[in-house]
Amino acid sequence: MSVDAKTSAEVQPRPDLVNLTIDGVPVSVPKGTLIIRAAEMIGTNIPRFCDHPLLDPVGACRQCMVDIPDAGNGRGFPKPQASCTMPVAEGMVVNTQVTSEVAKKAQQGIMEFLLINHPLDCPICDKGGECPLQNQALSHGRGESRFGGLKRTFPKPVNVSAQILLDRERCVLCARCTRFSEQISGDPFIALVERGALQQVGIYEQDPYESYFSGNVVQICPVGALTSAAYRFQSRPFDLVSTTTTCEHCAAGCELRTDHRHHQVKRRLAGNNPAINEEWNCDKGRFGFVSAREDRLKYPLVRRDGVLKPASWPEAIDAAVEGLKKAGEAVGVQTGGRLTVENALGYSRFARAVLGTNNIDFRSRPSSDEEAQFLGAFVAGRAQLRYSDLDAAKRVVLVAFEPEDEMPIAFLRLRKLVRKQGLRVQTIAPFASVGSRKLSAELIAAAPGGEAAALESLTDLDGSAIILVGERAATLPGLLSTVARVADSTGARVAWMPRRAGDKGALDAGCLPGLLPGGRPVTDVAARVDVASAWGVDSLPAGPGLAADEQFAALAAGTLKAVVVAGVEPGDLADPAAALAGLEAADFVVSIEQRPSEVTERADVVFPAALVEEQSGHFRNWEGQDLTVGLVTTATQTPFTDLRILAALADALGKPLGMRTPAAAWTAFHELQDWDGGRPAAPAVAPAAAGEGLVLAGWRELLDASRGNDGEIALRATARRPVLRVSPATAERLGLDEVARVAANGRELVLPVVVTADMVDDVVWAPLNPGEDRLAVVPGRPVAVTAVTFEGGEDA
Amino acid sequence: MSGHFESFFPESGSVDYSDQSTNIDETTMAELRELAGRYPQPRSALLPMLHLVQSVDGRVSPRGIEACAEVLGISTAQVSGVATFYTMYKRRPAGKQHVGVCTTALCAVMGGDILLDRAKRKLGIDEGQTTPDGQISLERLECNAACDFAPVMMVNWEFFDNMTPEKADELLDKLMRDEEVVSPRGATITSWKEAERVLAGFPDGRADEGPSAGEASLLGRRIAEERGWKAPTPGASAEPTAQKESEQ
Amino acid sequence: MTDLLTPVLSEHWGEQGSWKLSRYEATGGYRAARKAMAMDPADIIATVKDAGLRGRGGAGFPTGMKWSFVPQDNPNPKYLVVNADESEPGTCKDMPLLLANPHSLVEGIIIACRAINSHQAFIYCRGEVLHVIRRLQQAVREAYAAGYLGRNVFGSGYDVDLIVHAGAGAYICGEETALLDSLEGRRGQPRLRPPFPAVAGLYASPTVVNNVESIASVPSIIEHGKDWFQSMGTEKSKGYTIYSLSGHVANPGQFEAPMGITMRQLLELAGGIRAGHELKFFTPGGSSTPILTPEHLDVPLDYEGMASVGTMLGTKALQCFDDTTSVVRTTLRFVEFYKHESCGKCTPCREGSWWLVQLLMRFEQGTAQEGDVDKLLDICEQIGGKSFCALADGAVACVTSAVRHFREEFEQGYHTPAWELFPYEKSALFAQEGAK
Repeated sequence: MSVDAKTSAEVQPRPDLVNLTIDGVPVSVPKGTLIIRAAEMIGTNIPRFCDHPLLDPVGACRQCMVDIPDAGNGRGFPKPQASCTMPVAEGMVVNTQVTSEVAKKAQQGIMEFLLINHPLDCPICDKGGECPLQNQALSHGRGESRFGGLKRTFPKPVNVSAQILLDRERCVLCARCTRFSEQISGDPFIALVERGALQQVGIYEQDPYESYFSGNVVQICPVGALTSAAYRFQSRPFDLVSTTTTCEHCAAGCELRTDHRHHQVKRRLAGNNPAINEEWNCDKGRFGFVSAREDRLKYPLVRRDGVLKPASWPEAIDAAVEGLKKAGEAVGVQTGGRLTVENALGYSRFARAVLGTNNIDFRSRPSSDEEAQFLGAFVAGRAQLRYSDLDAAKRVVLVAFEPEDEMPIAFLRLRKLVRKQGLRVQTIAPFASVGSRKLSAELIAAAPGGEAAALESLTDLDGSAIILVGERAATLPGLLSTVARVADSTGARVAWMPRRAGDKGALDAGCLPGLLPGGRPVTDVAARVDVASAWGVDSLPAGPGLAADEQFAALAAGTLKAVVVAGVEPGDLADPAAALAGLEAADFVVSIEQRPSEVTERADVVFPAALVEEQSGHFRNWEGQDLTVGLVTTATQTPFTDLRILAALADALGKPLGMRTPAAAWTAFHELQDWDGGRPAAPAVAPAAAGEGLVLAGWRELLDASRGNDGEIALRATARRPVLRVSPATAERLGLDEVARVAANGRELVLPVVVTADMVDDVVWAPLNPGEDRLAVVPGRPVAVTAVTFEGGEDA
Repeated sequence: MSGHFESFFPESGSVDYSDQSTNIDETTMAELRELAGRYPQPRSALLPMLHLVQSVDGRVSPRGIEACAEVLGISTAQVSGVATFYTMYKRRPAGKQHVGVCTTALCAVMGGDILLDRAKRKLGIDEGQTTPDGQISLERLECNAACDFAPVMMVNWEFFDNMTPEKADELLDKLMRDEEVVSPRGATITSWKEAERVLAGFPDGRADEGPSAGEASLLGRRIAEERGWKAPTPGASAEPTAQKESEQ
Repeated sequence: MTDLLTPVLSEHWGEQGSWKLSRYEATGGYRAARKAMAMDPADIIATVKDAGLRGRGGAGFPTGMKWSFVPQDNPNPKYLVVNADESEPGTCKDMPLLLANPHSLVEGIIIACRAINSHQAFIYCRGEVLHVIRRLQQAVREAYAAGYLGRNVFGSGYDVDLIVHAGAGAYICGEETALLDSLEGRRGQPRLRPPFPAVAGLYASPTVVNNVESIASVPSIIEHGKDWFQSMGTEKSKGYTIYSLSGHVANPGQFEAPMGITMRQLLELAGGIRAGHELKFFTPGGSSTPILTPEHLDVPLDYEGMASVGTMLGTKALQCFDDTTSVVRTTLRFVEFYKHESCGKCTPCREGSWWLVQLLMRFEQGTAQEGDVDKLLDICEQIGGKSFCALADGAVACVTSAVRHFREEFEQGYHTPAWELFPYEKSALFAQEGAK
């Protein structure tokens, strides 16, 4: 866009732009620009309610009336026109409220109409103070209403979901919420109902507005009609302190605006980053910030006489150092997905330069050597594709990746491209999920384990296609090898889609056993020299490190003595029992954690770490973009970040970490990101032969029992109900009706059965973390499924 | 007097969830699917489908909304948005016979207001209600496109023209007693549910009942016939004046 | 000069079985469709265009021109949708036409489909007219059985499918884009234009939406030619049309006449205003057209004549109110209609009609305050031309025209209830009958 506020004689018209005059100011904008946005270019804000740049124009509220004395053809409109629906035209003359009494009176008239049925309850309204209706009534309305009649009243408020409340009296019927739900997220569970003066936003009672994106409608509501249970009556906007930051819940990289009052986070809003999340976020990112509020670890714990007891920081550090020294190099480090880049680098350096081991793994989930090789060959230390590459793609193939559950903002981006550009989406999956259907995705049906063959069957891939492969590919033997080979042979481009916010940063910081920062192979002498010199140590360990599950096995076998664990939930791992056994068998466990967990329970020393809002730093999202984590509150409840704790331990161990602040770590991280040496070879694992019997399919749904959702009752209440899915033939064969039990490795889940028409036979789909009960088996492995009946006991 | 202005809406926004009863069965589902199949895009059948739901359940039932949503693959909220937009869809069971009185300006002035008031008192119900025996429901209508027959009443969307209090009383009496009533410009009155089935697109074979037109409709034609007026003879437009004179 | 009345569509109304295919064919029906099947579509459009047929649903847009806007290079199917959602207060011409002569519409549809290269047509009929829908359903069924609809109509090799679709009670669906949304199974709320239906209408495909009477007039034009059609009517308003007289006239009814007949002539045919009374005001074309008074009795009832006196021909629905009538009362009732029928989409219509009704109720009750007439007009000014579609403009027109002609009667609403000034029982039809 270009704006020029010089006089018309000085302006050089650009032939590729449309030239018009707004309030006497020549403006040149791209063809198709709406008048309301062209006016913004010269700093004129035309009042509006229904208009939203990311929603299709609707022209419903009529607030943005302008006078158009010349439509560009020499003729004007006899009446004011809505500027939010009319594109500019060459030679058009527009007069807004700034210069036109006609426009001003029209706007004041609409404002008067909007207020006749509005309760004017600003003093008790959550929106008061940041309300477009309130603000624009002051700036573009008349001081007094002439209305002396009866106002429309409704019972209030009504729950459109457990999380979202609707006050119909405040609603101005701009339809932003209903358009968002239908156009952007594809969840039309709220709709305009009734007619005329009775028109209102409504739901169908049995199907409430349960959408992963429902919080956005609260944010874009231009009045106080939609509020969230989470924030309702929590604060006034003018009492909040806002910080721009980045969401820690997944690898999408959404910008957030986090608001705190009295050093407690009160709410999180979607930030505006057009290149990533536009102006949206998911409900987990918006509402999932209270999990640590109840059971926060606030002081160190040291095990004495078998019991964890509060300790001072020096005591705890001494205890940790003693235990770690005793273990020597027989020590491992495990980090989870919550870590910023700076903290991840801290662990990498702590493991290799302080403890002298390559036993470090960030993959607090099922993983494989094939995956590590794939990441080393293609992902570590490199920028991946970007959202803008998706924009330019003709076709996207989803492999072991369910964007709506595993990276919701990538889902919204894909959905937008499907809707606006006709992007073709194919999904290699056992059935077309809710999210896939909203992407109009073609299902390339494959049972877990069959994805590689399905991908190879797509013979017409080319350079205009992008393959998005999810972290679940790690446990499907041969899949990542096939992805790499297919990409190489067809020209299709590939992006690895991690699930956790810290994953790409941890990978690039050197949190895989075989990879130093920047994707340097640990086996590469030059790489080790590079890193050792940057870190000011003589040498780095050259031997192969142990991956996470290998570390647990080694702990159990006694070959590994101690372990430092941060942000790992054993239940997330492929074999939780083995993990717990390893922790219990370990001589010494140091846990650096925010909240009590199965790891802290088994630790010898526990250090409380700062929450994400208590530190600054960065997340490196799936693309490889570095996104700022802002320090929201300085009044932290624990003094130390992970990094600072590691620095203290290193000091006490006599081998300084070399960095103790995020800024220092950030600098150190960037010093090691350029690597033009060798990379590991691409993996070449052959797919496993199809197994016999029933195999498990599944993924983690967005709103599940993950600890990031803890404490947010309304959020959890909008989660999808956990079910088991089987094909009609499989249901018939197994005699499954209403409820079934799926079991493997001594754990089981009992859930309602949904017979799913397009499900691959001999597969049972289950959510991987639905609640208290959780399976301990990875997709693609055999499980047993039996019908559960309630009358005559259970079927055999 | 007008006086039907309301400003508080304690119940609005949905069908009546408290009544989950339904008569929708597999036959109905098949008919709903049939309706969806008649259109280039299935959702176009939603209005007829909701008429069919009413013909089965006597109102738009929750199950009816769900059935439409299932057949069309759209959300129940979307169906509800449609069902609550149109005035012919009833949230509570309509009577066996559904009586409407037009009270838009012209009919109101010519007696519609009086007729509605009288019908309310006679039936002992307010507009929008159904008699306790379920026989008659009463509705205030907007213009029903029969102004030359004002004031107009409707029974199950059949015309009852040039109504007077006496004629209205007689009509309501017969309906209450379940006696045969014939529309002066339509068929023998059956029931509202049966009418809804026709509107859904399942004819009842009564198209040939009733006259071609009412008296008012024929007035101009009759005068033209009496006076020998007609449209010009094709091809004779060269001397239309002469032609007219010769015909007279 | 043509005759004062020229029954074409209504020629056989009243004859027993006039609605049946056999009767329609016995009086020359479907000759035009056969003829059209042998014509070049462009010639059909040219004939209708040259005849000067203008839309009979209110707006008066030239029908042939509308057809010519359909982009034939658009790969999507083309659709014809007939607007039979007759709901404008006062308008009552299409329903008797469809009751007595549904085949004229079916034949017109076949011809129009051929002209715009459409193979799928719809009749969107308001739902509250059961017998009309029965007759339409039967006419379509008969036409299919005769081979006039379906595959290879009249052996021409051309296919035309036709669906009779019942609405469910919403005046706004007479607005063509709201009708299309409704026909797509949605809430009948108007769409943004552009794109216009001719380019992206039903299912986002090129669509022509025409009024019943417009399409039913097409067979006669094709059969008798454009010169024949043009020999009726006035310079710019060609052909015949149906005028509907209702209200306080001695004999209300339908009059098919050349365009440009005057209200005085029609009133004479209808036997004048009911005995003992004088005409006070009338709507020329439904409640959305500004009202006229006896001073306008000699203005030609055509598009130009009505425009010359600040109103519109609309649907030629002449609702007559005599001197017993309170204009405040009728205005309130009309505005109540618009409030009831407002779709709710846009602010000025939804909220403005809510306010207008309450204000007009005060006028009716005699509790309006000094200055409220100007307030009423100012609210109308805030609504008029600001709304999404023309519905609110209709509401405003009936208020502003009533105030223009009868301002002092509104001012009496500052102190005296309308029913005291104009006892309501005197306006009722049966009060008159009782007196007889």
